Amino acid sequence: MENISIIINATYVVCAALFIFGLKLLGHPSTARKGNTFSALGMLLAIVVTLLDQGIIAFELIIVAMIAGGALGLFIAKKIELTQMPEMVSLLNGIGGLASLLIALAIVKSGASLETYLLVITLVAIAIGGITFSGSVIAWAKLSGKVAKLVSSGSTVFTGQAFVNGLIVIVLVVLGVLLTLAPGNATYAYGFVALAIILGVMLVIPIGGADMPVVISLLNSYSGLAACATGLAIGNNLLIVAGALVGASGIILTSVMCKAMNRSLTNVLFSGFQAVKTSTMEIEGEVKPMSAEDAYYVLEASQSVVVIPGYGMAVAQAQHAMKELQGLLEGNGTEVVYGIHPVAGRMPGHMNVLLAEADVPYELLLEMDEVNPRMESFDVAIVIGANDVVNPSAREIKDSPIYGMPVINADLAKNVFILKRGMAAGFAGIDNPLFFKDNARMIFGDAKDTINTIIRQF
Amino acid sequence: MTFIYLSMILMLAIFLGFELIHKVPATLHTPLMSGANAVSGITLIGALAYAGGDYETLPQILGAVSVFLATINVVGGYVVTDRMLAMFKGK
Repeated sequence: MENISIIINATYVVCAALFIFGLKLLGHPSTARKGNTFSALGMLLAIVVTLLDQGIIAFELIIVAMIAGGALGLFIAKKIELTQMPEMVSLLNGIGGLASLLIALAIVKSGASLETYLLVITLVAIAIGGITFSGSVIAWAKLSGKVAKLVSSGSTVFTGQAFVNGLIVIVLVVLGVLLTLAPGNATYAYGFVALAIILGVMLVIPIGGADMPVVISLLNSYSGLAACATGLAIGNNLLIVAGALVGASGIILTSVMCKAMNRSLTNVLFSGFQAVKTSTMEIEGEVKPMSAEDAYYVLEASQSVVVIPGYGMAVAQAQHAMKELQGLLEGNGTEVVYGIHPVAGRMPGHMNVLLAEADVPYELLLEMDEVNPRMESFDVAIVIGANDVVNPSAREIKDSPIYGMPVINADLAKNVFILKRGMAAGFAGIDNPLFFKDNARMIFGDAKDTINTIIRQF
Repeated sequence: MTFIYLSMILMLAIFLGFELIHKVPATLHTPLMSGANAVSGITLIGALAYAGGDYETLPQILGAVSVFLATINVVGGYVVTDRMLAMFKGK
């Protein structure tokens, strides 16, 4: 009995080491895949050794649940389009939160007499798990456009929302206190679960589409913290270590995203409650359209080209056409690199994955700080479906809502080609003076069709 | 005492996590997140004790559903991360 417990815990040490080593290998694209395999190995080992636990006497439910979950997970992972990764990560965040919530609820419902501090931690696990679950479901619905109203309005706000949220938090705390006094009370327990879930919905509905990268990162972190709290409650080292690693990862990504938008986390989470500042600025100049055929002549004569992708590239599925154009340009002696803004797309690293899918070598995917210093030297900057991340008003116009946000300075390149469907504003809902600059040319139409038209000229 | 010892582990793990993840390049942030989804499926090992343990029906069912959900995260997370990372190729 005692021996098996020692074997299990010793193996957990190895598993934790594998998780950490896997994460370390994720530090470079050439070793990242091996790192993921190490991490998966650690997980497999952890599951197998846990099944040796003498406390586990019936395996029927476990086998059925694992086969069903494994099959569903495999199916989703194989079928999903990579443009839909934000939806998938969102969904998995939510599932992770719900899994933690259910374990924590099982602890409460198992009738074990817990010490008060352990009960408090268990309740924290339920609260974080519930918020993660429902918040992620809302984020997923917003990202996938499943709920038309949530998507069209971007953020849902009603009067007194802050008051209602405050009330929910207070009642949640009161129920928590009552539960620690009477742990067996089912009404308190289910009320607590229900309120945590409602709170998750309330926290995410006011957040608009452009802020989704921050929300996904934060919920990613919460799903780890929920696992961590569950680990503390049941006294499992490995849950604590793994949960903390995930929590730290999400928090770092959240701060990267916030910095890239020049906003504080508080501002992102609560800005839905403030009135939107309408800018009265007038932009001088006019938009100059250009045909894809004319674009070819400029590109053909260029020495160096930088491509700046945004969410529009994902929508148009233009990454494969762009890779083909890149090959033709390189064959013509032109240098092609990609400049990727941290918040381009709907989640951190979204553009990189799509371009990797199209076989663009990762050496060509440059970060904002790498392309900006040499922007003047590029003959052409091709902006594909990006808007706010190349908006020069972030540098130039003090009244602009995005003033101070670090952007890719596409306007400083010798020529700027903007591939765009129409003149709609970006997700921030503000005008982009880039389109009116003398060196800017708009190529209207579907980005994929436009690039294919250019390709046919070669 | 156990709780303090567990808090120590938690504190160290958080600092280690910050150090390691700061070194992950921006280009790998999406696989990092889906990989994190898979790792957070570690709740599976906590759920196993309830799904297969000597408990009443309700905790057992909660445990089993939790096993089901966490397995989706583990398998789905690792497989999709591997699928993505396989595409990151150098010149």
